[in-house]
Amino acid sequence: MLLIKNGRVLDPASKTDAALDVLVDGEKIKEVAPAGKIAAPQSTEIFDASGLIVAPGFIDLHVHLREPGQESSETIETGTRAAARGGFTAVCCMPNTKPVNDNASVTRFILDRAKAGGSVRVWPIGAASVGSKGEAIAEIAAMKEAGIVAVSDDGKPIATAKLARQVMDYCRSLDLPVIEHSEDVSLTNGAVMREGVTSTRLGLRGMPAAAESVCVARDVQLAELTGARLHVAHLSAKASLEQVRWAKSRGLRVTCEVTPHHFTLIDEDVEYDSKFKMNPPLAAREDREALLAGLADGTVDAIATDHAPHEPALKDVEFDRAPFGILGFETALALALEQLVQSGRLSLIRMVDLFTMGPARVLGIQRKIAAGQPADLTIFSPNHTWTYHVKESQSKSRNSPFDGRAFKGAAVAAIVAGRVVYRQ
Amino acid sequence: MVLIREGTLSYNFRDLLALEPLTADELSFLLDQSKPFQEIQKHPLKKLATLRGKTVALAFFETSTRTRISFGAAASRLGADTMNLQAEASSLKKGETLLDTVFNLNAMKPDCLVMRHAASGAANYVARHLDIPVVNAGDGTHEHPSQGLLDALTIRDRLGTIKNLNVTILGDILHSRVARSNIHLLGKFGCKFTLCGPAMWVPRELEKIAPGTPIRCVYRIEEALDGADVIIMLRVQTERLNDPPLSANDYVLLYQLNAERLRRASRDAIVLHPGPINRGIEITPEVADGPQSCVLEQVTNGVAVRMAILYLLISGATETGTHLALEVKSKESANASD
Repeated sequence: MLLIKNGRVLDPASKTDAALDVLVDGEKIKEVAPAGKIAAPQSTEIFDASGLIVAPGFIDLHVHLREPGQESSETIETGTRAAARGGFTAVCCMPNTKPVNDNASVTRFILDRAKAGGSVRVWPIGAASVGSKGEAIAEIAAMKEAGIVAVSDDGKPIATAKLARQVMDYCRSLDLPVIEHSEDVSLTNGAVMREGVTSTRLGLRGMPAAAESVCVARDVQLAELTGARLHVAHLSAKASLEQVRWAKSRGLRVTCEVTPHHFTLIDEDVEYDSKFKMNPPLAAREDREALLAGLADGTVDAIATDHAPHEPALKDVEFDRAPFGILGFETALALALEQLVQSGRLSLIRMVDLFTMGPARVLGIQRKIAAGQPADLTIFSPNHTWTYHVKESQSKSRNSPFDGRAFKGAAVAAIVAGRVVYRQ
Repeated sequence: MVLIREGTLSYNFRDLLALEPLTADELSFLLDQSKPFQEIQKHPLKKLATLRGKTVALAFFETSTRTRISFGAAASRLGADTMNLQAEASSLKKGETLLDTVFNLNAMKPDCLVMRHAASGAANYVARHLDIPVVNAGDGTHEHPSQGLLDALTIRDRLGTIKNLNVTILGDILHSRVARSNIHLLGKFGCKFTLCGPAMWVPRELEKIAPGTPIRCVYRIEEALDGADVIIMLRVQTERLNDPPLSANDYVLLYQLNAERLRRASRDAIVLHPGPINRGIEITPEVADGPQSCVLEQVTNGVAVRMAILYLLISGATETGTHLALEVKSKESANASD
């Protein structure tokens, strides 16, 4: 047994913010009680969480673990180790591997690899279409049986409105969320950053914000048509957020996530350094402001990293040629504390909600600290000061724009099914 | 001499990657340094010994004729040797990265790298990894600093000043590295810009790319030419006419510079074009060959400006940390060499 003592328990599900001890027995939480009230047996291991926050285990809805197929950039083992270090206890891996996770055998392979060498829970997302090519619907039911938690053609949107409608219809019957990478690719072909004054100044081809929002507009209307659960991935534009707000006001089952880099950085930060290249690209100043407001007012449901490792040989090239994507696991919590909590925009419990209950709701599961629940816990310090050095990352890749950044607040431990998988 | 390399201020004239970060004083200095080299172009014997024993690597990852030849002539007239890399002859097609190619060139110990590349920012990227001076000879749709300088030199020679002029740029501004370099140079001398062309090539964002410089985008050529002192034409790249599909006839109808339209500009207005010219598309032969056209002077000045750039960068690089006496060889000593 493991007794987590003297911590401040923050549990958004029960709106708890109190000094509580948590007793873990095996894979489950056995008891939650006011500090000092739990009588644990002699052999119990003690975790002194004085000065620390004990939260439900963080879930990352959007990650790329690169296995199978691109193991030189990341593996399930290295990726989940980085996730644990960032305080995550479960990650949802996107299907754009090689081969694409569009059938049950790939899903099972991922789950087997996670079982063998993963530090945290790995919940695969299946492709919506075969090969994510946007032509035929993938074996979604078989993948669901194998263990997928959602479908997506991430990296691109479901190619046509017709197919998106069919996938939504089908997934409604299977009770799976459809996660959309919203982008009208005819508006973004060859573009490498957000269109605006900065792209014009730098002479880099820009994607207009509308490339995202017209696709979100399409999808929320299809969500209304089909009644499906639609989740908008890595939402970056103010106009997209307004579409989601509209959908929610109509009671549609539409949710969205925002990445730490989109609520931290803007297009003006891009200076021909491919570590600032991702898709969707860093947005305009007013988009970031809108995202911060959406995170505060509840329009945004979850923070997701879009952890996208690329080995240096691929990423360290001319800006135009570099692949999209940056590392996300190890800086997510610190960026959220810095940008959302320390700035005074969000309460600490709301931030925890965005890492726990929010993503859980998207997946249709629970996430709380209560007796009988799985013992998935994230313990973090809101005060610990440290500097991120990407060369020390657990990830196999090094593509982070936050290398060298000083932070206040860090994950101290990640507990998955009662097992401490990371401890600072 | 202050040049900026990747955010660090340095008193060494290290690279020439863009005109945007340079101050008016620095730009004036570069233009003044070009003056003696302009004189040399008029001389029967044009070769100096200034950079004898030095090597300039010319790496053109994107096809170019005049800029490559111009830099080659500039190097050779300074007495330097050149190493040439052309995209089609390079290993890039074999999968070698840009950086590896450049490292290999650098291993042959040139004293300066002049590079052109289709990717915006490619010269900045390479300069971060090299310890020899890097000259940007055009990067994607970002900047073409030597063109910006030679244009300014040409304007100053013709009009006597580059201060407070009304400058009109016509054509595909969005995809023009020349336009950006023109704006960042002339803007620092109080010039006002009018940008004109089809709306998809002249986005309003251009008005804000150089804070402090008045820039307006207009879509009628008549409005753009009214009162212009300098008209900079840009080549209509035929490949751009395909994306978006735009009729060449429409372009001629709306934006071709002809003699009648030119009369709207000031009486002494001059016309520049970085070349190559599409006669009959963006400009009529009458204007291109007329008295207001500076096209060939631009080409001559190009060699002088590039000599100044190579001279400053390479001499500076040989005596790191020291300020060079920036005199240029007199005509006599010029004649004495070779």
